[in-house]
Amino acid sequence: MSSGPLLTVRDLGVSFTAEEGVVRAVDGVTFDLLPGEVLAVVGESGCGKSVMAMTLMGLTRFPNARFEGTAHYKGLELIDAGEEELRRIRGAEIAMIFQDPMSSLNPVMRVGEQIIEQIQAHEGVPATEARERVAQLLDRVGIPRARDRVDAYPFELSGGMRQRVMIALALSCGPSVLIADEPTTALDVTIQAQILHQIQSLRDETGAAVILVTHDLGVVAEIADRIAVMYAGRIVEQGTVNAIFYDPQHPYTWGLLGSITRVDRARPERLPAIAGLPPSLADRPEGCHFRPRCPHEFDRCRDVPPLVARIDGDDDHLDRCWLPVEEKRERREVRPGEIGLGRKPGAAAA
Amino acid sequence: MSVKAEPGPGDIRRTGASKPLVEVRHLKVFFPIRQGFLVEREVGRVHAVNDVTLGIEQGETLGLVGESGCGKTTLSRAIMRLVDPTKGSIRFRGEDITEAGRRRLEPMRREMQMVFQDPFASLNPRKRVGQIIRMPLRLHGAPRDEAPDRVRELLRRVGLHPEHANRYPHEFSGGQRQRIGVARALALEPSLIVLDEPVSALDVSVQAQIINLLDDLQDDMGLTYLFVAHDLSVVRHISDRIAVMYLGKLMEVSPAQELYSKPIHPYTSALLTAIPIPDPEANRRRGRVAAGGGGTPRGGVAVVGGEPPNPVDPPSGCVFHPRCPRATELCREVEPPLARYRGGHLAACHHPLNVSREETVATTRDPSSPLSAGDVLPDGAAAEGSLGTS
Amino acid sequence: MARFVVRRLLSMLVVLFAVSVLTFLIFNVIPGGDPALRMAGRQPDPAQLERIREDWGFDEPVYVQYLKTMGQLFSGELVSYSTQQNVVAEIGKRLGRTFSLAIGAAIMWMAFATALGLYTAIRAGRLSDRLLTILALVGISMPVFWVGALMNYYLGFKAGIFPNGDYVPLGEDPLEWLYHLILPWTALSLLFIGVYSRVLRSNVLDTLSEDYVRTARAKGLSERRVLVRHVLRNSMIPIVTLWGLDFGAVLGGGAILTEAVFDLQGVGQYVAESVDQLDVPPVLAVTMFGAFFIVLLNTVVDIVYAVLDPRIRLT
Repeated sequence: MSSGPLLTVRDLGVSFTAEEGVVRAVDGVTFDLLPGEVLAVVGESGCGKSVMAMTLMGLTRFPNARFEGTAHYKGLELIDAGEEELRRIRGAEIAMIFQDPMSSLNPVMRVGEQIIEQIQAHEGVPATEARERVAQLLDRVGIPRARDRVDAYPFELSGGMRQRVMIALALSCGPSVLIADEPTTALDVTIQAQILHQIQSLRDETGAAVILVTHDLGVVAEIADRIAVMYAGRIVEQGTVNAIFYDPQHPYTWGLLGSITRVDRARPERLPAIAGLPPSLADRPEGCHFRPRCPHEFDRCRDVPPLVARIDGDDDHLDRCWLPVEEKRERREVRPGEIGLGRKPGAAAA
Repeated sequence: MSVKAEPGPGDIRRTGASKPLVEVRHLKVFFPIRQGFLVEREVGRVHAVNDVTLGIEQGETLGLVGESGCGKTTLSRAIMRLVDPTKGSIRFRGEDITEAGRRRLEPMRREMQMVFQDPFASLNPRKRVGQIIRMPLRLHGAPRDEAPDRVRELLRRVGLHPEHANRYPHEFSGGQRQRIGVARALALEPSLIVLDEPVSALDVSVQAQIINLLDDLQDDMGLTYLFVAHDLSVVRHISDRIAVMYLGKLMEVSPAQELYSKPIHPYTSALLTAIPIPDPEANRRRGRVAAGGGGTPRGGVAVVGGEPPNPVDPPSGCVFHPRCPRATELCREVEPPLARYRGGHLAACHHPLNVSREETVATTRDPSSPLSAGDVLPDGAAAEGSLGTS
Repeated sequence: MARFVVRRLLSMLVVLFAVSVLTFLIFNVIPGGDPALRMAGRQPDPAQLERIREDWGFDEPVYVQYLKTMGQLFSGELVSYSTQQNVVAEIGKRLGRTFSLAIGAAIMWMAFATALGLYTAIRAGRLSDRLLTILALVGISMPVFWVGALMNYYLGFKAGIFPNGDYVPLGEDPLEWLYHLILPWTALSLLFIGVYSRVLRSNVLDTLSEDYVRTARAKGLSERRVLVRHVLRNSMIPIVTLWGLDFGAVLGGGAILTEAVFDLQGVGQYVAESVDQLDVPPVLAVTMFGAFFIVLLNTVVDIVYAVLDPRIRLT
């Protein structure tokens, strides 16, 4: 992983003009994606994580959308790229796996045809050869009797099998970047584990970098190398898996970690939850957007905190919280192996 | 927590004094598949619920867990009498309602309410929240002038503002909509609420809020819950007992805490292993993902491979045997009965996990076992070598 | 599939039976429906009436009359009460005209509606969409007899660009056939183009927001391929049903007004004239003929539907 980043995103902003005003879905997002790594982007529904991911593929170019910032992929600027340039990237260089395998495949087209279509859009491969490749791909992603399933329609497959088809589709042109948007959310737990394993082993085999978008921090502990936590359009904390899980800096991250139910621990009296709701993206609070839900809020939070390294010597671990590092470590509620949102000193009695 | 009863684990008979609120006996729900030229004949049946015996005590929460297609939703709808049972009986407050017609069910419908999975689809988008909550009141003939006060009170109860009554569902987030769904279910002061995957469509951070709310409501109002979920982690906090279903049959019924520390059935263990643990170092040690996927047990832990088979043609013997790492010839041939372990923990497995030889030898065949199950109780010899989570 | 077709054919018999009974009964109970009175002319004497009734069998019970009439219809011997001409032969003469009108118009309205629906959906909300929406609504609101008459008068009679009515068989001169039918086709299609393009527009808009269309774009397909293979194909499925039913109706003589305005002498016009005379045999025959086509096209539509959408199983 000594080579330079594959994808460099700088100050990416996406906003949509809607009835309720300007919706700032993505705001000042900056990150690098290194070859072969799994970067997890985590946040609640409506935090802009999916919009961010789709923007990288140019799938959010609606008439009411405005874009800022840059995203460089192998010498190409994705945000300003022309449609034809982007089309050549999509599916071939950057491929995407969507959340709902039930609705993400065309219901009236055979699954093989849907994959062949992508192969032929990028490579001048004859139909029989493409078909052969599809059979091999389906086999590789763990679909039993793969050769027969080439001609299956999506409704003839279970949810887990469809998601495997989506993975096969994404892999079919050997992309360098795989964007998986909540790839396991719609599936049963046992199938979730199988699909995560599939994504991870394919990363190991092909060396493709993965951006895994999810609302569930629990899922990413298994396969992520680095994690970016998003809240209300901004990245609020970013670091290695270990940094995020064992030394989280932002109170929102504490809250997310705390709300994971753990079956390997004693049952708590009450499930820890983050009180309140994320703000509307059309009307975000000034300064730190998490302020209204944060028990640790103080005067300085009215100014926007920058995303910077706050721990000396750890330039890989960035966050947007004004609290001094020592104070954070003191305040976050750390039971053995567990981290909660914590309470402000003195307010604990309530 | 003190209000909440801790009823006899796993047992509908042990508490003795009070009759269970809901009693399901040898219930079968089959959906026929018809085909034919001019006259349609039945060519097969989906064995959705295949001989289930289960009780739900007054005031308890029973978690009903299994993968999609295991019959958990059909079982819950049969209890609500929304689908017709093929065989067996359903009792509510001791009264047999298996065959009850609309008129006899009418008063019972008040007492059984349902909260659905998808908070986006289960609320009429053209009705104001107040109207949605008022609807069950109106249908059951509550006086008109009382309704607005009641709606305000219900909204407050589920943690929304009384002013929200005038808004439309689309103005709310998923979690808030699920609160509205709960308020609607509470309107008639039911005794039983069937929660059908009430938090599966929500963010993890919001799931906790809803579960805490359900917990509080149960404490305040003495509600009985049947909590249906596909994921053991969700039901853990709120359940007193948990029943694990697979392909129409009960695999294990256990007091909630014990199920997590001591899963006896390999299927329960597989479901537990599949839950991701938010601890990167522990995962690396556990090597779950690396070992799983294919379904081959390696390093002691494995994620179960494959998918549940077709319920039209369930496997012989133990229905889980094709996916089970411990399956033997016996499992292919003889359906295991629900064996009763210490503390009323039931499990239908020939080769149980996490129990000592003495415990295994001491088991008895529970009367809630399917009628088709064999008489072979688990042998002590198969009990060693645990696959459980540790 | 074979099972499906057989079932449908059986149900077609039931439909035809029901339609024929209904038609026959209606004409038997409506006032002034007694064919003997009409045949006897003004101020008939009772003896003459009696003779007509006896000759034609009008004195027999209704069900006997019905059975006789149906027997004659299927053996091709049924004659009109008013003109005494063979009904089946009369329909045969007009078949070519009605088919020409129906087939041409159906192709025309489908083609234009598809183009218009797709275009307005893609440009939804823009000026061109709004203008075309107004145009479609105008097309829906204009009655055929009025549009037809206007076209006939201005384009045909006054400007002389198109022939004024009349019909040339396809076999005789294909160009003339086409030339003579353009106005009727257009008049008949306007309403359908308006309705179909609106339906298609909303289908396309729904389909455009489907997840699988997003997947198709993410695959790097060209926008054209996304639209044709993924959007249009899925949006057309419900339209096909509509089209089959309307086409069946027009084929079966449903374009009565168009045929009359352009004096095409088709099956529809024939039935219109017969209804005027309360002449049961032609009405009965044409109604059966129409019902046959509607049921037939319905069956064809269901088969096409199953081909377009594999989730549909024919049983």
